Amino acid sequence: MRSWDQGNSRIRAVISVLAVLAAALGPCSRISSQSQPPFPARLSAATQTPATQPGALPASPQPTGSAPPGFTPQQRAGLSVVVLDPAHGGTDSGARGTGGIRESEVVLEFATQVRRALEFQGFQVVLTRQGNENPSFDDRSAMANAQNGAVFVTLHVASTGSPETARVYINSDLPTATDSRGMIPWDRAQVPFQGLSRQLGDAVQGLLEQRFKGSPGTAQTAAVRQLRTTAAPAIAVEISSVVVEDRNELDRMAPGVADAIARGVAAFRPSYVVPATPGGTP
Amino acid sequence: MTPRLRVWLLGALLAAVIVGMIYFPILRRRVQRAARIRQQSEEQARRELTQTLTANPGEPRVKATVFWASGADDGSLAPSTIELPLSNDPVLRSKQVLNTLLAGPVDVELRTLPPDAVLLAFYVLPDGTGIADFSEALANSIPSGIQSEQLAVDSIVRTLEANVPQVRRLKILIHGQEVETLAGHLDLTGTFMVSAKTAQMPAQTVAPSPQPATKTAAPSTDKPATPATDKTQAPTPGKLTPATPPGKLAQPERKP
Repeated sequence: MRSWDQGNSRIRAVISVLAVLAAALGPCSRISSQSQPPFPARLSAATQTPATQPGALPASPQPTGSAPPGFTPQQRAGLSVVVLDPAHGGTDSGARGTGGIRESEVVLEFATQVRRALEFQGFQVVLTRQGNENPSFDDRSAMANAQNGAVFVTLHVASTGSPETARVYINSDLPTATDSRGMIPWDRAQVPFQGLSRQLGDAVQGLLEQRFKGSPGTAQTAAVRQLRTTAAPAIAVEISSVVVEDRNELDRMAPGVADAIARGVAAFRPSYVVPATPGGTP
Repeated sequence: MTPRLRVWLLGALLAAVIVGMIYFPILRRRVQRAARIRQQSEEQARRELTQTLTANPGEPRVKATVFWASGADDGSLAPSTIELPLSNDPVLRSKQVLNTLLAGPVDVELRTLPPDAVLLAFYVLPDGTGIADFSEALANSIPSGIQSEQLAVDSIVRTLEANVPQVRRLKILIHGQEVETLAGHLDLTGTFMVSAKTAQMPAQTVAPSPQPATKTAAPSTDKPATPATDKTQAPTPGKLTPATPPGKLAQPERKP
């Protein structure tokens, strides 16, 4: 009994030390807690009435980087969160090379380096998965849609393309639509952000082109499923390819890809007037 | 045995060996060729079983444009002109050009679709929406990736655009079912605009049953909750603010 009490006191001491450490590492603990927000919270956040009422924004489109007249400095808190999505996972391994390279594993390792580079630039990073799980497309989008002032970057490895090249995709133009309540349907959440996604995509692609010769100079459009339901500036970054003989060829690209994404997002930051509420339009 | 007979026998044996050395490689090549032909015949037979009449030799031969890969690694397509006895019926014509696309170019490296994929059915709705139903091999055998999947869909869309003007939009099904993505990346839940400027654009989802064309330019939608109030308008390219008044996100209509 005595030894049990002693053991308990030791455990309590360890817990208190851990608690002090956790408090000191506040931002990190926040990241992990935000990586899996409870679904009802996401839903309610996504369905809140925006502080800026419909009609407050001018009807005419705003120029790049300028705040609409309805926005106050408090609302323009700025881009601070990057939702990073290592695609696939679980039973879905994505593209597979003849040498056994799996897209789901490569992107998870890339995500670690991209996260580090983004945090170095001062961004808070939310990962859609941290292990070998496979959230649905909508669950991944929901993690971005619940944030206020986030951008979304999904990482992929292709089966095709010149080795050691990287391409950025933005979603193809979708027709705009609102329902009877003036709300944007979930399956077209990307619509209001298409222009911003183009700007973000071009910024990242320009930096990738400098690092990986043979890559395009501007972002390309494609009907990427993951991007369509994301209510934030969103891009897909795809590197080539799983067909390489040696996995090291891909791993060598990771620092360059990470740096290009981080610096591209940082360059994009001043031009993004974030919505007042999560899920709101820019 | 006399020495003379022995010489004749040795000569005959030598001649047989020489003939064998010449003939056996030829025979080997013929066997390999026959195996290849049998393999092709099986694939051809499968296609013939799963498709109806696609070519009528009585039709006049016209130049069809089929889009295969250009050979560059940038995921671009290149047009190839082929003379085909194309039907005037849009459904038959669509089947003919898509089967030609599936058959592939001479250079197999330029294929955009898997060799074992089959077009199971093709329909055209009165509003100009074409529905192409492919076998599961299209989704299972295509190289996974945004670039390769986009190239496949683009080749289908542009081939239809070049040859079948009656098809304005395209919906792709896999074995009769709507699927979320082609091979994990490309969105197949919507329709693709069959037009030069918007070939990569997934539009609204297709109506579940054939409907007559409406007066509005925008295509009908299959969203049952709000079909009458759906306000659609063309996006404004290059603008950084939304073309529509600011709104908020609705709840997801479908959770996988």
